[in-house]
Amino acid sequence: MLAYIARRAVLAILTMAAISVFAFIIIQLPPGDFVDAYIANLSASGSSVSMEEAKSLRALYGLDQPIYVQYMKWMSRVLVGDFGESMEWHRPVAEVIGDRLWLTIVLSLSALLLTWGIALPIGIYSAVRQYSALDYLFTSISFIGLAVPNFLLALVIMYFSFVLFGANVGGLFSSEFDLAPWSVAKVWDLVKHLPLPAVILALAGTAQLIRIMRANLLDELRKPYVVTARAKGMPEARVIWKYPVRAALNPFASTIAYLFPYLVSGSIIISLVLSLPTVGPLLLKALIAQDMFLAGTIVLLLGVMTVIGTFISDLVLMWVDPRIRFQMD
Amino acid sequence: MTLLEVKGLKKYFPIRKGLLRKVVGHVKAVDDVSFSVKRGETLALVGESGCGKTTVSRCIMRALDPSAGEVNFTLDGRTTDLATLDGKGLKPFRRHLQMVFQDPFSSLNPRMMVGDLIGEPLLINGMSDAAERRKRVRELLDVVQLPVEYMNRFPHAFSGGQRQRIGIARALALNPSLIVADEPVSALDVSVQAQIINLLLDLQDQLGLTYLFVAHDLSVVKHVSDRVAVMYVGQLVEIASTEDLFHRPKHPYTEALLSAVPKPDPRAKTERIILQREVADAANPPSGCAFHPRCAHATDLCKQQRPALVDLGQGHQVRCHHAHELDLKGVGSLA
Amino acid sequence: MSSGSISTPKPTQTAEDRFAVATQWQLTWWRFRKHKLAVASGIIVIAFYVIVVLADFLAYADPHATDSKRSHIPPQDIHFFDNGVFKPYVYGLTQKRDLRTFKLSYQPSLDRKVYLAFYTEGYSYNFLGLFPSNKHLVGLVDARPEDGIFILGTDLVGRDLWSRIMVATRISLTIGLAGVTVSLFLGILLGGMSAVYGGIVDTVIQRVIEILRSMPTIPLWMGLAAALPNSWSVIQVYFAITIIISFLGWTDLARVVRGKFLALRSEDFVTAAELAGASQYRIIFTHMLPSFLSHIIAATSLALPAMIISETSLSFLGLGLRPPAISWGILLQDAQNIETLALAPWLLTAAVPVILVILAFNFLGDGLRDAADPYG
Repeated sequence: MLAYIARRAVLAILTMAAISVFAFIIIQLPPGDFVDAYIANLSASGSSVSMEEAKSLRALYGLDQPIYVQYMKWMSRVLVGDFGESMEWHRPVAEVIGDRLWLTIVLSLSALLLTWGIALPIGIYSAVRQYSALDYLFTSISFIGLAVPNFLLALVIMYFSFVLFGANVGGLFSSEFDLAPWSVAKVWDLVKHLPLPAVILALAGTAQLIRIMRANLLDELRKPYVVTARAKGMPEARVIWKYPVRAALNPFASTIAYLFPYLVSGSIIISLVLSLPTVGPLLLKALIAQDMFLAGTIVLLLGVMTVIGTFISDLVLMWVDPRIRFQMD
Repeated sequence: MTLLEVKGLKKYFPIRKGLLRKVVGHVKAVDDVSFSVKRGETLALVGESGCGKTTVSRCIMRALDPSAGEVNFTLDGRTTDLATLDGKGLKPFRRHLQMVFQDPFSSLNPRMMVGDLIGEPLLINGMSDAAERRKRVRELLDVVQLPVEYMNRFPHAFSGGQRQRIGIARALALNPSLIVADEPVSALDVSVQAQIINLLLDLQDQLGLTYLFVAHDLSVVKHVSDRVAVMYVGQLVEIASTEDLFHRPKHPYTEALLSAVPKPDPRAKTERIILQREVADAANPPSGCAFHPRCAHATDLCKQQRPALVDLGQGHQVRCHHAHELDLKGVGSLA
Repeated sequence: MSSGSISTPKPTQTAEDRFAVATQWQLTWWRFRKHKLAVASGIIVIAFYVIVVLADFLAYADPHATDSKRSHIPPQDIHFFDNGVFKPYVYGLTQKRDLRTFKLSYQPSLDRKVYLAFYTEGYSYNFLGLFPSNKHLVGLVDARPEDGIFILGTDLVGRDLWSRIMVATRISLTIGLAGVTVSLFLGILLGGMSAVYGGIVDTVIQRVIEILRSMPTIPLWMGLAAALPNSWSVIQVYFAITIIISFLGWTDLARVVRGKFLALRSEDFVTAAELAGASQYRIIFTHMLPSFLSHIIAATSLALPAMIISETSLSFLGLGLRPPAISWGILLQDAQNIETLALAPWLLTAAVPVILVILAFNFLGDGLRDAADPYG
């Protein structure tokens, strides 16, 4: 079991390292170094940078040194929480991102919980009552959920709520709480706004998990031990819940590791449509303005959060599933 | 004249564990097996599933690479150790050793027609003329008693017995000296088993073939084999002529296997020996004699010391400390 | 078929004979044919690729031509029968300016019928880059300059949505294909290497796949796509986007390839070929590849929708293809905010082909997979 945890942890660290390289590449990609961009940006806003200042900035980031030294310098600053300065906002990147990162995680996590909460019972129902009217209904909804990219779904829902109720469903807070400091009332306001974007975000993943759960359970229900249990006269509910559901959960569970990254990805794009105060709109703006420290940091933090989230869900899984717990290699 | 001699054959599979997947032990699937097969005879290799008999046959065929030991094959008076050859060196020998597989459903490529399946060994080994190949395939279909019209059909159109005939025709295509038959009838219905066995016997008479016949129960073996070798957890425990082994088994394990052979006389009362516990784990075999935890006659000696394979005369070899003392029951007649 | 019965086949061709001599491809096709939904999806997919080839012919207005006098014209009815005779026509339009909002609005002028003609001449284009043409499926007869066909309406700058969707289909579907081709190449190469060499190569490739799969893809794509220089041409951006989306898209295909390769490797018929002395080349190309191919085709068909969604999402964000290129994502970009949608809801029709194609590929892929591997 320890070997399993250790393997997962090593993989998580490697993934984070890979993400940091990607983030660094993203920062480096625009032509010219970012001090050029910084100077151009400043002079556009009227102020100017002296040659000495530019030179000291270059030295600070090691821009005159080979690329891997630059990466190491950047990483050593990142590890102590210094993400550099946003060129557009003229403030430290960490400050600009602020609550947005947490809101992204809150949104993705609620979508994750929602996905499990919906997919499990429906998947089980669809398998047990295969080819019933409700099974057909759920199956067709799943197919639509799979086929409609979630930003499209967000667009359509936004349009209809606008036409039918005249309400704009965007945002995570009512206007009076937008800039207010955190309070119980603000949290409650968040709780009220969260369900709609969470449902939109969860739909595609749910559709996929329903299909997986249904297929797994159907396979399991056809196995001889289930037939034996029925033949012995075991009550149907016990026949289904005692082993098949648990056995069907296993392959289902392994797909969850890939669900969280997928939801984080999705949250970026639906946040743009529904104008949610997550890192999504900020990332897009930063990329368009070539505010590379901000953009790179967002990519890095999102990636790290995702990896940590996946690692935690792995641990939870191990706690739930004895087969993983006792699998020594 | 010896055709095949296996000497000290070993096949270990590594067990890997932990973060760095270190090798922490070995499954000794085949552990020091030696026997020989004379030209024209049939040697049966018998044992429960997992005893390593299939691994032995695959090492001889070089579908697996042996960990140690020799596989000496005599061709035209010259003996070659197949275990030391690489892929290229093996190629000229492949045609002299052919295999009949256990599962007739998975051993025939579903995308090839019967004619192509039987003709494939011919094509690979240099018979490039299509008409010539067709002629030979017709002959082979005739030999295994299938209509030549089946040449253009695909395997999915055939029953298990028919497919096994196709598999045999394919094995015969290159006029091999040795055929390794890996449980060739255990996937078939009992009624079809007899047909296939009779076909194999007829072919041996006609073509002077030598068989290494792998099986998991002795009842099939008694009709086909001249000699029988019994395996248990990677090792030979007894080897003798069929007559000798059935009448006078010297190893308690052989006795237990024999007690499971159905008797032709319904009134004959024999006690069936039911072995207790599971087959020993080849990754972690018991101390001393591997069979001792399941043996009714085991003594302290059996727990401590591993018995050697000793010759009792007339080629009857057995691996048991008490082979001389025990009075074991065989099968009355071989009829 | 009773076991062991060896009778000579009858001279007439019975259904059983037909079955006996059917190749695996035929059997797969017969099984696939029974999947009605998959067959229908296959037809839809083919229809979409016909649009890819004939996009300009099926369009009737220049998809790039802007006209401020045609801003946000709503979809217009086409009448097929004129006095009981098949003679399609549309009504001419009159524009009115709302005196309070100063917005232009369009009313069909019921007194003026403009007839449609088939296979007529319109704007000039280059058919598949092979030869110039100006033929189009439909056009108007004796039309005034302000008349036009507006099956799906127009956008803010007066471009015809139907014509734009036709041309967008070409880019969105080919970029999906190109992406899948690159992914397939990487997937077969790396998945194959993983399976063939095993050991350390396998471990490294499998870990790389796991790492790539646990990254949030959209932020990474956004970052990479945003770095494409503005000066790049449409073609350059097209290929860059293809590479970006296949960069993370190959992992699934590599898994399928590896799994299937290992499964086939241990099949008895492969061992049998090896024991018959077959070369590695013969084993791979005669015995393994044909069984492999049907699975690869099914996996590809299931991978395509993800590619199409990726491109559409990126372009929708303004980070993928850029105007003047036209793709489904670019069309949907116009429908991004609620104000525009409230004014011109028909812009959302660009979502219809996206959904249709994704559904069709999913059903087709499912059907192909079931047909290729009825027990898997």
